[in-house]
Amino acid sequence: MTETPVTLTVNGISYTVTVPPMKRLLDVLREDLSLTGTKEGCGEGECGACSVMLDGLLVNSCLVPVKQVDGSQIETIESADLDAIQQAFAETGAAQCGICTPGMILAAQELLNHTPHPTREQIREGLAGNICRCTGYQKIFDAVELVSLRNA
Amino acid sequence: MRAHLPDFELVVAADLPSALSLLGNGESWRPMAGGTDLMVLFNAGRLPYRKLVSIAKIAELNGITVSPDSITIAAGTTYSVIQRNPILKAEFPLLCQAANWTGSPANQNRGTIGGNIANASPAADTPPALLVYDAELELISAKGSRRIPYHQFHTGYKAMQMRPDELLMKIHLPRSHHSLKQYARKVGTRKAQAISKVCFNGTAQMDGSVITSIRIGIGSVAPIPLRCHQVETALTGQTLTPTLISHAREVVAQEIKPIDDIRSTSQYRSLVTQNLLSEFLRQLL
Repeated sequence: MTETPVTLTVNGISYTVTVPPMKRLLDVLREDLSLTGTKEGCGEGECGACSVMLDGLLVNSCLVPVKQVDGSQIETIESADLDAIQQAFAETGAAQCGICTPGMILAAQELLNHTPHPTREQIREGLAGNICRCTGYQKIFDAVELVSLRNA
Repeated sequence: MRAHLPDFELVVAADLPSALSLLGNGESWRPMAGGTDLMVLFNAGRLPYRKLVSIAKIAELNGITVSPDSITIAAGTTYSVIQRNPILKAEFPLLCQAANWTGSPANQNRGTIGGNIANASPAADTPPALLVYDAELELISAKGSRRIPYHQFHTGYKAMQMRPDELLMKIHLPRSHHSLKQYARKVGTRKAQAISKVCFNGTAQMDGSVITSIRIGIGSVAPIPLRCHQVETALTGQTLTPTLISHAREVVAQEIKPIDDIRSTSQYRSLVTQNLLSEFLRQLL
């Protein structure tokens, strides 16, 4: 099929791209908008590395055909609204190789939106779709707890 | 091997009539809701469809409505919305549990209950709950709508009583289960984020130690999500004793048809199913 125009508001800025309708949101962000903070891990919705906010909800951008979300609001790791969580990740040493980190931060944002002061178990459940192959989970959980403390 | 992007068409249906019109025009359009299954196939280069119509933004396919006798879940309602709905949590906890078991929070925000049904995986987690809750499905096409009991819907592996021009529109749940004893347990490779080896759901009504009614639905043990009518018949009206539990284990082992695959073996699935049945029955006393 011929390419089709799609308009997205990403981190508050409106973009219109002309792309194949089944192009993944992940690839539009990285290739067409040069927002390469969002990573590809598994490409099948298992690892969470490509997590972004779609109209305020956490999604795996590798499973979203871009035409399906024409007109939507997207928030990526480049968003300034995530600075407090990023700061906590830096302070607790929660990033190792860094591939999972953008997705972890977006998943933490979704969790904290619903549950400003999560228990350790709620943090584990909230981040359950995000896999860290360096296995640095404890420091990632520490980072979310630090944000929770500062939310007091 | 990635799919070749220009081979695929995707249009977004603005409303229900336009979606039904495309599905019924004989050009092999197929619906896509949350995309959490279809996009995995697409990314692997194995999606068999070339013309897709997105039904994710159709208002009639989204939301939960409550009447005195039943709860109606529109087919495009996501797992996230289902598991947080207060009435479903109070009266249909097994369905909320199944929605919470299905994938990660990110996938629960996209994936829909209608997709879980129409994707027709025997390993899906919401179908066993829908079976024990006597769910009824409402299908719609440009020619009209019809209702069918959910336990008649799946007819074989990935085969359903649904025509290509039909959409699954609503799931109706009678509000007659909240006083029953309810049980669900999923066994997978890990505690979470794992596809089921066995997913067991049961409800029952007891009069002392006599089982007056019982419903059992199991996933991953047959080509379809299985309502275990033979086990139910063997238990209904009986006094619950260790001997009856032993008998029920034999009946369920005959009724299920588990297979060996990448996730488990037939033998393991059969043993786990019998053990979960025992656990469910012991908790009724």
